[in-house]
Amino acid sequence: MTRDKRDEWYPVAIAAMLPPARGRDTLLLGEPIRVRAGDSGPQVETAEGRALPVTIAYGHVWTCLGTPGDLFPIPEAAQPGRRLVDVGMVRVKCSPLRAVENFLDIAHFPFVHTDILGSEPHTEVYRYDVRIRDEVDEVWATKVRFYQPQAAKSAEGGIETEYMYRVPHPTCSVLYKTSPPMPGEWDVIALFVQPLTEELCDVWPWMALYDDASSMAEMIQFQQMIFLQDRSILENQIPRRLPLDPGMESPTRADLTSIAYRRWLKRRGYTYGAQLVAA
Amino acid sequence: MILYDYVLSADCYAVRLLAALTGQRLETRAVDFYPGAAEKGAAFRAINPAGTLPVLVDGEVTLAEPAAILMYLATGTSFAAEGASAQEWLARSRHFAAALGGARQHDMLEVPGDIDALRAEGSLWLRILEAALFEAGEEGCGFLLGDTPTIADIAIFPHVALAPDGGVELGAWPRIRLWMRRLRALPGFIEMPGIHRLHDLKPEPGPDYGGAAA
Repeated sequence: MTRDKRDEWYPVAIAAMLPPARGRDTLLLGEPIRVRAGDSGPQVETAEGRALPVTIAYGHVWTCLGTPGDLFPIPEAAQPGRRLVDVGMVRVKCSPLRAVENFLDIAHFPFVHTDILGSEPHTEVYRYDVRIRDEVDEVWATKVRFYQPQAAKSAEGGIETEYMYRVPHPTCSVLYKTSPPMPGEWDVIALFVQPLTEELCDVWPWMALYDDASSMAEMIQFQQMIFLQDRSILENQIPRRLPLDPGMESPTRADLTSIAYRRWLKRRGYTYGAQLVAA
Repeated sequence: MILYDYVLSADCYAVRLLAALTGQRLETRAVDFYPGAAEKGAAFRAINPAGTLPVLVDGEVTLAEPAAILMYLATGTSFAAEGASAQEWLARSRHFAAALGGARQHDMLEVPGDIDALRAEGSLWLRILEAALFEAGEEGCGFLLGDTPTIADIAIFPHVALAPDGGVELGAWPRIRLWMRRLRALPGFIEMPGIHRLHDLKPEPGPDYGGAAA
């Protein structure tokens, strides 16, 4: 079930904020590309002028250096009543895989997102389920529960939040969490990562939330605040690339999703930003 | 008091920090600086024609220059500072913002700029700050203008603490690191993304063993 990294779709711009005429010069898997607003929609081309496939989904412009398949579905994006939030790009000097792995980690909440997504002494990660769903070729973590002082912009006080994590793409993850104003529904928070090089990435968070009270600017800044709290941690992780072989880092129960993600990447042959032999 | 605010702005954070340290309540209004550039839009320019953040509105008073906002909030508190030395540091805070803040925006948000020149300029200002803190330390003072923190420290601190976001590391400047630690240990200190609280100074959770950890 291996798949070439060049055949994946990657996010390269916010669809509603296409760069002006000069375009956005950026990198994808180390190759220079340019994204610009064309007459009939966004265009992406390589340095040699080769036009690349383009699709627009979940607020973003996606492109592919090779032969693309279908982009993973997020059915919630089409549900009425949700507010779709383009959070904006943040550049991080880290492996694109490290950015996804950090997103999957619950144990760091009380220490990095103190008094927002977690707080001391509520640091315990309860037992949860993780599996690779072969029928869709995705990693899923379910029944994740965590005590959160302010789970979302719309949360009034501390609640025990339930999470589901999903990795449908080597550099993208989708998180489902209890919606504070709509307890029967899940808020969707996605992290779309554009790999610039193996140790540099642009992260495009995107959300589909039930929240009628907060302004768009408030929702954007809440998520930017959360993600920027992670940035300095991500930039200081050693080794720089995500180790896919055991021996380098000792996992604990909180890391079950990370272990499954690494195993899935290895099985899929996705090693861009990974370290294969324990140093 | 209303603060028109952007959560990742160093200057907005300086205002929030001073308000927290002096026990003043701010009502923050989020402005979509990034990615929306809302501060350049007509709606926001009706509040601040210059199209910049932060902006403080207190009744009839509207202030849009970071140093002026800090002076306003500090009035009547121990953070107030007057005189030429205070003005020198408030003015210097703009150089820190331009150089270190410019490098940070380049590295983090893809804002165009000559990154090497920005970092070199930022390092120059860090050298000036390190020397000033050394001189202050020789006179037994832990802060820029004496033995208590003032708006001079608050105006400079955020830009310095966030320098690593722009690829400017602080490892070479021991007095700056001690000064930052002193500021982070102040009662009422608040954090922002990239500027962490001192977890290690928090009391251990769990039963009180009778002050052994105090």
